[in-house]
Amino acid sequence: MSDNNPSLIRLDPTVPIPASQRSRRRPRRRPRSVSGPIFRPNLAARKRLDALFYPLTVLATLFGLAILVWLLWSVFREGVPRLSWQFLTSFPSRRPARAGILSPLVGSLWLMGLTGAIAFPLGVAAALYLEEYAPKNRLTRFIEINIANLAGVPSIIYGLLGLELFVRFLFPLTNGRTILAGGLTMSLLVMPVIIIATREALKAVPDSLRQAGLALGATKWEVIRDHVLPMAMPGILTGAILALSRAIGETAPLITIGALTYIAYLPPVSLEALRTPFTVLPIQIFNWVSRPQAGFHVNAAAGIIVLLAVLFVMNSVAIILRNRYRRRYE
Amino acid sequence: MSLSEMGWTGQTRAEMAARLRRKHRKEQALRTLFGGAALISILTTVGIIAVLLFETLSFFQEVSLWDFLTSTQWTPLFTEKHFGILVLASATFLTTAIALALALPVGLLAAIYLSEYASPRARAFLKPGLEILAGIPTVVYGYFALLTVTPMLKALFPGMATFNALSAGLVMGVMIIPTVASISEDAIHAVPRSLREGAYALGATRWEVIRGVVVPAALSGIAAAFILGVSRAVGETMIMAIAAGQNPRLTLNPLVPIETMTAFIVQVSLGDTPTGSLAYRTIFAVGMSLFLITLSLNVVSDWIVRRYREQYE
Repeated sequence: MSDNNPSLIRLDPTVPIPASQRSRRRPRRRPRSVSGPIFRPNLAARKRLDALFYPLTVLATLFGLAILVWLLWSVFREGVPRLSWQFLTSFPSRRPARAGILSPLVGSLWLMGLTGAIAFPLGVAAALYLEEYAPKNRLTRFIEINIANLAGVPSIIYGLLGLELFVRFLFPLTNGRTILAGGLTMSLLVMPVIIIATREALKAVPDSLRQAGLALGATKWEVIRDHVLPMAMPGILTGAILALSRAIGETAPLITIGALTYIAYLPPVSLEALRTPFTVLPIQIFNWVSRPQAGFHVNAAAGIIVLLAVLFVMNSVAIILRNRYRRRYE
Repeated sequence: MSLSEMGWTGQTRAEMAARLRRKHRKEQALRTLFGGAALISILTTVGIIAVLLFETLSFFQEVSLWDFLTSTQWTPLFTEKHFGILVLASATFLTTAIALALALPVGLLAAIYLSEYASPRARAFLKPGLEILAGIPTVVYGYFALLTVTPMLKALFPGMATFNALSAGLVMGVMIIPTVASISEDAIHAVPRSLREGAYALGATRWEVIRGVVVPAALSGIAAAFILGVSRAVGETMIMAIAAGQNPRLTLNPLVPIETMTAFIVQVSLGDTPTGSLAYRTIFAVGMSLFLITLSLNVVSDWIVRRYREQYE
């Protein structure tokens, strides 16, 4: 090794480099990968590049948030003046100023309640089976892969399934394009999400707890009912609420099964309601956005605020639940 | 403490055995019940495939597969019917490409910031903030694309139509940013510290460590994030139905109205289509194409993630 080679790293920084030996030319190209010469003597240029990259990543992170703020601002600026008691308590109308959001709001609440009532017990039961009971065999593995894949199926495909299965095939039960058909379709849609969230919550319960229960002679179900489920419940509820908030924002599958866009009455407060036609907030918003008149666009913005408010409440509950019980896990 | 307080019930051996048998039976029944619930997920998949297959097969009894795959016209509601899925697929491809052109770089850079630069406090605030984007209903994005973004873009491109692929695609890209960011971040997070420290010890700057070590090591995870983003974009419906238009045409021009596969299904569903008609079957044939595309994308992405996990564990 010769000391005259300028590309070598000098081990003793106190010895000044003679001017004749200082690196005058920059490397012809920058390294492409780890295998390239990653260590280059031109420290100033490298630091400059480094300094440029950092703000770029910050900018990218803030970009999404900026768009979020912009979106909310444009919706609120347009919709807030339209919000009123009249808007919340009127039925849809041909005249934008008289139209309201009552029947879609009630429809959304019905649908959410029904979806929760169907998907929550089924999802938790399925997760309990996979996490606590299922043997580690091919069938279990297949079910797991299947659930992961179902979570990735576009929602509109569930709409096609619901259209054929619940609206057409099970017509005697559902009476066609009704709340029941919508709720069943939505249940299938959110079940994978609930199953996945519940399994995560069950996994977080320490195994020692189960073993202690079993060692005292409790049956598996007794251990699950008295110890595992209560401890996992906050996590399960958080997942379920998030799944339901996905359901409440879904539009496409409900359009596909043929939910109406104009409902000027409320479903009766009885089980018969399940067999009546319905509409939901996102469908009403879609309907208003699609019209050319500006008055309906204002209604759409106001409707979006109502929808976001419902989502906000649900997510707040989920966050409160999670924070309140987080300490128990740790 | 008396015996009864300790749980002594004075049962005979036979009574206890009977109680145990009851418990056992209950245990078996619950196990079957829970297993049944787990089977619903399989039934859902079977249902989806059966329904799509059944209607698609009857669709192809009236329409030739050749026309479906090669025709360059999509006119199912005209007298002279053509069913060129390429027309709808090209629109889906165009909007997806626009969305990913935005979401991939932004999502990846955000992931790099969150995992490599951000302080724990900034992260705790920014990450959930970014994830809000994924929780906003798509109909809201549709509103935003049509009534806020499009008017602004019209100032930039004076010839742009009210319904167009550009605005819808860009807004969909914003929606996908959290998906890309969060999966990329997981992948970047999984790169062992020792690799980074090795590079730092050699005197590499942060940028050099990220570009030369971290990103290449996490590349398969980033690829999976990309594919999952594509899969979400392909299946996205409401933004397309609201902001991209309902004019099926074979074009890659982002400034004119088009119709994606999902938007077509919405268009037919909104009309009063009698069940069992050809138009009714058409949406299932389109749905089948959609299902096959997203399924294969999800499988590929899952496969990549699995492969990549093996490297460090």
